[in-house]
Amino acid sequence: MPVPIHAKAEDNLRFIRETMERAGSFTAVSGWGQVTIGGTALLAAWLAAAAGTSDRWLALWLGEAAVAVAIAMATTTWKTRDHKVPIVSGPARKFALSFVPPMVAGALLTLVLVSRGEFALLPGTWMVLYGAAVVSAGTFSVRIVPFMGACFMICGAVVLLLPQLGNIMMAVAFGGLHLAFGAAIARRHGG
Amino acid sequence: MARPSPAGGKRARGEREPLRELKGKSEASHVPDLDKLIHERMRLAIVSALAATDTLGFNELKDLIGATDGNLSVHARKLEDAGYVVCAKRFEGRVPKTEFRLTSAGRRALERYVDHMEALIRAVRDR
Repeated sequence: MPVPIHAKAEDNLRFIRETMERAGSFTAVSGWGQVTIGGTALLAAWLAAAAGTSDRWLALWLGEAAVAVAIAMATTTWKTRDHKVPIVSGPARKFALSFVPPMVAGALLTLVLVSRGEFALLPGTWMVLYGAAVVSAGTFSVRIVPFMGACFMICGAVVLLLPQLGNIMMAVAFGGLHLAFGAAIARRHGG
Repeated sequence: MARPSPAGGKRARGEREPLRELKGKSEASHVPDLDKLIHERMRLAIVSALAATDTLGFNELKDLIGATDGNLSVHARKLEDAGYVVCAKRFEGRVPKTEFRLTSAGRRALERYVDHMEALIRAVRDR
């Protein structure tokens, strides 16, 4: 039985909307947001180096994490709005669902390591799990995103083996990698 | 060298033809001409994807729309010939990179196509 013409038209409109949603979410990671997060991370690393106590060091980095989440959410929302793509779409949900589990694992491990006083293991744990979150969520984004995640995992592996480099590697990874990859994403993928 | 014309026909820029299915029906006069160049699914996917982002690399676009290398090359060339898409080639070190961007003509064509589809739906509902 032939498909009615209006049904074909509706199907075409749905196809356009879904493709645009997929493409919009595909590049929804804001490069300028990543650059800003890199800048605040460098500031946090500088302050954390002079923190004096482990508790202050931890408080500074947890504060930086909260700031980074706020920046990422705001800049992603602005970017998707600029591209006229809904932020809550199928691909965006997949991205979030892939990103959140490693981050939850990171939060749980942070609680355990802090309760045991193992502060030296925190930087490596954070980098490896953040990297894992970015790699898995990045499969729904442009190729540079999972590559950035892999770089975080490598930095994490290095600092787990050499914990004395903890704060320096925090600056290199959360500062430097976000700045470098953010600038590349902004230049090549519309902000 | 002459390039093959889009969609295999002679129309190269903004291919359009009347929508025969609605001819003779009362609302047909309100339905604009169909742009057959982007009516084809793969080309519609390319134009729609590029409408949602500034630029996409060859592999990114290929992954996004689920095309093969050859398929994407052929359809992107047709859109490029029609002035809907621009293709920039550059080198990153020794690796060649191809990036696609939608032109303003391509964006207008997609808007016209969406208008066309909406007009079709309205025409049938208003009957």
